Amino acid sequence: MNFEAIKSIYAFEMARTRRTLLQSVVSPVISTSLYFIVFGAAIGSRVQEVEGVPYGAFIAPGLIMLTLLNQCVSNGSFGIYFPKFMGTIYEILSAPVAMSEIVIAYVGAAATKGLLIGTIILITASFFVDISIAHPFMMILFFVLTAVTFSLFGFMIGIWAKDFEQLNLVPMLVIPPLVFLGGSFYSIDMLPPFWQTVSHFNPVLYLVSGFRWSFYEIADVNPAISLAMVLVFLAICLTVTAWIFRTGYKLKN
Amino acid sequence: MAPIVSIRNLTKSYATGFQALKGVSLDIEEGEILALLGPNGAGKTTMISIVCGIVNPSGGTVTVGGYDVVKDFRKTREIIGLVPQELTLDAFETVYNTVAFSRGLHGCKPDPALIERILRELSLYDKKDTMLRHLSGGMRRRVLIAKALSYEPKVLFLDEPTAGVDVNLRKDMWQLVERLRAAGVTIILTTHYIEEAEEIADRIGVINHGEILLVEEKKALMSKLGRKQLTVELADPVETVPEALAQYKLSLGADGRSFVYDYEADGGRTGITSLLAALAAAGLRLKDVSTQQSSLEDIFVALVGEEK
Repeated sequence: MNFEAIKSIYAFEMARTRRTLLQSVVSPVISTSLYFIVFGAAIGSRVQEVEGVPYGAFIAPGLIMLTLLNQCVSNGSFGIYFPKFMGTIYEILSAPVAMSEIVIAYVGAAATKGLLIGTIILITASFFVDISIAHPFMMILFFVLTAVTFSLFGFMIGIWAKDFEQLNLVPMLVIPPLVFLGGSFYSIDMLPPFWQTVSHFNPVLYLVSGFRWSFYEIADVNPAISLAMVLVFLAICLTVTAWIFRTGYKLKN
Repeated sequence: MAPIVSIRNLTKSYATGFQALKGVSLDIEEGEILALLGPNGAGKTTMISIVCGIVNPSGGTVTVGGYDVVKDFRKTREIIGLVPQELTLDAFETVYNTVAFSRGLHGCKPDPALIERILRELSLYDKKDTMLRHLSGGMRRRVLIAKALSYEPKVLFLDEPTAGVDVNLRKDMWQLVERLRAAGVTIILTTHYIEEAEEIADRIGVINHGEILLVEEKKALMSKLGRKQLTVELADPVETVPEALAQYKLSLGADGRSFVYDYEADGGRTGITSLLAALAAAGLRLKDVSTQQSSLEDIFVALVGEEK
C-alpha cells in the first residue's frame, strides 16, 4: 500500500477545498438557510406537523441529504475530472499507485468534504428548529455510507464525462429531482397511491427515510431495508469502479 | 549486463484502427543517453506512455529494471521519471507544493532539503511560492523536470524537453542531462532538434510510422551514413575543372576559386592523396583545404525520406 501517495492526493484535494472555501462552505449554508425560511417558516406554519414531528424539524434530515448528495457527487466527479481535463492525470497514472489507492484518496477526500458540509448544515438547522437524534450510531452510519457511496458515484461520472456539460449533468439534472421526489420535504404517505409506488423506485427515498428514522424514528420504509439499499448501491458503485480500473476505461486508451 | 529497459514486440492499435506502434523492440542500457528521433506522430510518445503506464499496450512486453511494467507496476514506476511533452500543470498550486506532491505520489517520505536542492539547481527556488499559472513556459518546463526528479528516478524519460524553449534554457537542460548521467541516471529523450541528439546522446534511435528504423551508436551512425566533402580553395581562380582532374568528379565553386570533392567517410580509399597530388601536378596553387561531415540532420532526413 502506497500510503504516502494516498496522503498526498487526499491532502491535495482538501487543499483545493480550502482554496474555494466561499463556494464550498458558505453557499450551502446560505441555500439551506433559505430552505428553512421558505419551507420551515412560511409553509411550515401551515403544515405544522408530519407524523408527530414539527415540519421544520421533519425536513432537516432531507435537507442534509440533499446537500450531502450534491456535494459528494460534484466533488467526487470534479476531483478526478479536473486532472483529466488539465492533463495532469499523467502523473497519477505513471506513479506507483494502485487504482484502489487512487479511489481511496479521491473518494475519501470528496466524502470528507461532503460530511463536513453536512455537519455544518446540521448545525445551521439546529438554529432554526429543535433537532433530536434518536439513534446517533445509525445516523452516523447512514451519513458516512451515503457520503462514500455518492462520492464513488461522482468519481465514476468524473471518469466518464467528456466535457463540463456531461460533468454537471448528473448533479444538476438527476440528483435534485430524485431528492425532491424522494420524500425530503414530505412523507410519501401524503402522496396518491400511484406516486407512492413510483417513489419506491427512487433510491434516494431509502436514504432519506433511513436517515430521518435515525433522528425521529419515523420512516417511509423499514430502516433495515434502507440500510440494505445503501449497501446495494455502494456494492454496484464498487463493482463498476473496479471494472473501470481493470479495463483502463477512458483513462488508459 | 541486462538492459535496464527492454521493449519486446510492442504494439498499440486504437479503436479507430490506427496502429501507433507496429511491433517495436528496443533495449536501453543502464547509464546511457538514448535519443529517439522521429517526425510528429511517429509513435515516440505512445511508446514512452506505455513504458510509464499511462497507456495500455495492445501487445508485447516491456520490462524496466527486470520487472514487467504491467504486472510489477509499482517496482517499475518507482524508478521511472517522466517529463511530458505538454506543459501540463495544475494552475492554482505553488511550485514547491507541486514538486512535493510528486515525491509523495511516488511513495517517498517528505524531504524538504532534497526538494530545495532540486529547485535551486533548476533556478526555481526564488519562485517556490509562486502559483504555477503565473510562470512562463520555460519556468513551467523546469517545474515539470523538478517534479520528475523529486523522487530520484533511475530512468528518466524526457519527451521533447526543449520544444519551445529558449537557447539558454536548452543549454541549461543539456548540462542537467550531463549531471544526471554522471549520477548514473539512464536518460531517454525524444526530440525534433537533431543537433540536440548530436550534442548529448550516446545512441540514436530513429522511429517512424510506429517502427524503429535503426538504433546505432551515434559515432558509428555518423561515420556509416555520413558523407564527407573536401573543399579545396585555390589561390588563383580557374574557369573550368582541368581535364586531368575529371576522374574526381569535382564541382567548381561559384567564383572559380574552389573545388568540392565528395567521398565516403568510411571508405578504405578516400582518394584524397591522389587528388592532392593531381592538383599539384596540374600546377594549381592551394590556399586552403577543409572538410565537412554531413550532420545527423542530413542523415535523418535521408532516412525518413527514403521510407516514403
